[in-house]
Amino acid sequence: MFGLTIEQIAFIFRGAGWTIVLSLLGFVGGTILGLPVALARASRRRSLRTGSGLFVQLVQGIPLPVIMFVVYFGISIGGYDVPALVAAGIAMTLYSSAYLGEIWRGCIQAVPKTQWEAGECLALTNTQRFVFVILPQALRIAVPPTVGFLVQIVKNTSYAVVIGFFDLTYSAKVINNSTFMPFTVFTLAALIYFAICFPMSVLARRFERRLSRS
Amino acid sequence: MRGCALSYEFDFSFLNDYLPELWHGIWLTLGMTVVSIVPGFALGTGCAVGRLYGPPWVQRLVTIYVEGIRNTPLIIQVFWLFFGLAVLQVRVGPFPAAVIALVINVGAYTAEIMRAGLQSIPKGQLEAAACLALKPSQSLWSVQIPQAVERVYPALVSQFVLMMLATSIMSQISAEELTGVAYMIQSFTFRGFEVYLVIAGIYLVMSCLLRLTLLGVAQVSFPRRRRLGTPL
Amino acid sequence: MNIAASPQRATEIQNMTRSDTPLVRFQGVRKSFGELEVLKGIDLEVKSGEVVALIGRSGSGKSTALRCVNGLERINAGELTVCGRTLHDGKVDLRDLRQDVGIVFQSYNLFPHLTVEQNVTLAPRKVHRIGAKEARELSDQVLAQVGLSDKAKNYPEQLSGGQQQRVAIARSLAMRPKLILFDEVTSALDPELTGEVLRVIAKLAAEGMTMMLVTHEMAFARSVADQIVFMHQGRIWESGKGDMLEDPQTPELRQFVGNGL
Repeated sequence: MFGLTIEQIAFIFRGAGWTIVLSLLGFVGGTILGLPVALARASRRRSLRTGSGLFVQLVQGIPLPVIMFVVYFGISIGGYDVPALVAAGIAMTLYSSAYLGEIWRGCIQAVPKTQWEAGECLALTNTQRFVFVILPQALRIAVPPTVGFLVQIVKNTSYAVVIGFFDLTYSAKVINNSTFMPFTVFTLAALIYFAICFPMSVLARRFERRLSRS
Repeated sequence: MRGCALSYEFDFSFLNDYLPELWHGIWLTLGMTVVSIVPGFALGTGCAVGRLYGPPWVQRLVTIYVEGIRNTPLIIQVFWLFFGLAVLQVRVGPFPAAVIALVINVGAYTAEIMRAGLQSIPKGQLEAAACLALKPSQSLWSVQIPQAVERVYPALVSQFVLMMLATSIMSQISAEELTGVAYMIQSFTFRGFEVYLVIAGIYLVMSCLLRLTLLGVAQVSFPRRRRLGTPL
Repeated sequence: MNIAASPQRATEIQNMTRSDTPLVRFQGVRKSFGELEVLKGIDLEVKSGEVVALIGRSGSGKSTALRCVNGLERINAGELTVCGRTLHDGKVDLRDLRQDVGIVFQSYNLFPHLTVEQNVTLAPRKVHRIGAKEARELSDQVLAQVGLSDKAKNYPEQLSGGQQQRVAIARSLAMRPKLILFDEVTSALDPELTGEVLRVIAKLAAEGMTMMLVTHEMAFARSVADQIVFMHQGRIWESGKGDMLEDPQTPELRQFVGNGL
């Protein structure tokens, strides 16, 4: 097919499977770490705001491939020999949490101040107010940009190729090296990425339109 | 095992030995970024205009370009271009190939940003320009684009900083930019962790500098902001 | 009609002033937005040097009629001639027409990124291709006409609403139009700021500028307009000299004047 053998195409798709695995890892990890980042960023305590702000600035000011390398070599100096998936997963977690944290902070702060005041009038505690009044509304606002960021996560897993993680980009590179048909191979890889990302882009836009209409 | 980590001795002596290489990498990274910004912005703005006001076939073409680039990784685009050109017997060095890829990539993101900027301009502005007998091109050039750029400037700055960070994968096509230099140093010194910590710090400084420079550019190019002291 | 862009243009304007051909002529003009017909056959003439005020309730079609004159709205039927150009045959060059017909909007629509001087001279420089020095002189002159000589280097947001609207008038004047349209130019202004804008318009009227204005300022319309046109439900219901407001012939105008004054 397109000058590639079934085995070669299967090899590329196997890489695509690992791209999805790493994306999910990055998203789940990013969510777990990103929520506290968002809360700290929106916190009333200055020290929390500054600390989390520094973390965000740090991650957003360093290229993801370099984060991958730092994590990869950082683990190995501890004497641990872990698969590239773990290093890439940790790097993706750090990366996603910084961006998701910022996105969600914006969503929390986008809930009108009057909602906090309304919660106060109902004699709710701070935590209750946050969980029952603010969070449900913030979540609604958060859906479109979060889905949009998923696209970034999927695309950026491709950077794990620098630490030798076997994903769609890596497998495509390997097949290209052996077949030397870059247009075929990388067009196929691009199409697979596109098939994963584009529906999410469309979904994000649709959610956004629905939100802005309501 | 934990003792191992604690007993690890940091060694930053490579900084001395490889200083010229590091400088070279920094210059190449900055060079790639700076060279790509203006054409990338021009391409993106052109596409934004084409998508909003062009004939249907231009709109469709721009949409395909923008969506295609925004939904695939940069690294695949770079490989496609670099190895593709090699197969076509077109001899292009890593630096020009990297710049071409960056321009095409950032152009697509800029197109979306500028489109949002152009769409946010009140209709009254366009009406006023048309009623003053300005041609559509004059209205675009003198009225719409300057206002759109002012409105979306912070988003553009973030995009260009992201682009600078993205140059770090250009070592994959053997461009000797900062991350590529780091890889070379660690392969000689086996001090990967230290090398990449330093590199991370350098990128951090560079992204701050780029951000500041671009904000400085805004101070010069938007006299109104300078005069009124309004933040971007 | 003071200093024109070129000598040739000056004679042209003088000829126009002397001759009796109207600058604007509506003949049975109709205009619909979808199902809704907002102009149901308008007949109206505006002679050179004349000031015509269009009054009426909102939705009466007065703004639409005004916007047809410089081609912002396309008419569906009838004939409309403006400054010697026919607008109903679809062949008119709007850019050419708009060099002769200026418009001032309710919401000023100044260009926020340009200084007052740049706002005023943008079109003359781009369309009439005048040089930098000439542009500065032009700006000085039109800003003096609206009493804002000291604001040339300011940005619109540094000015009050009334001042911004005067800049918008100066911007129109800078194109040396034969006719200026004013579309509810004081409606967005605080009452204490409308006076300064109306004074500028009155001064232009006294200098002989041809103008059509949609306005809610009855007292002003009565004092400056040569002709007042009361529109109602897409038709010209009544028209005449300023004193027609004191002696309305139709119950609609009587009611309108009763509410308006």
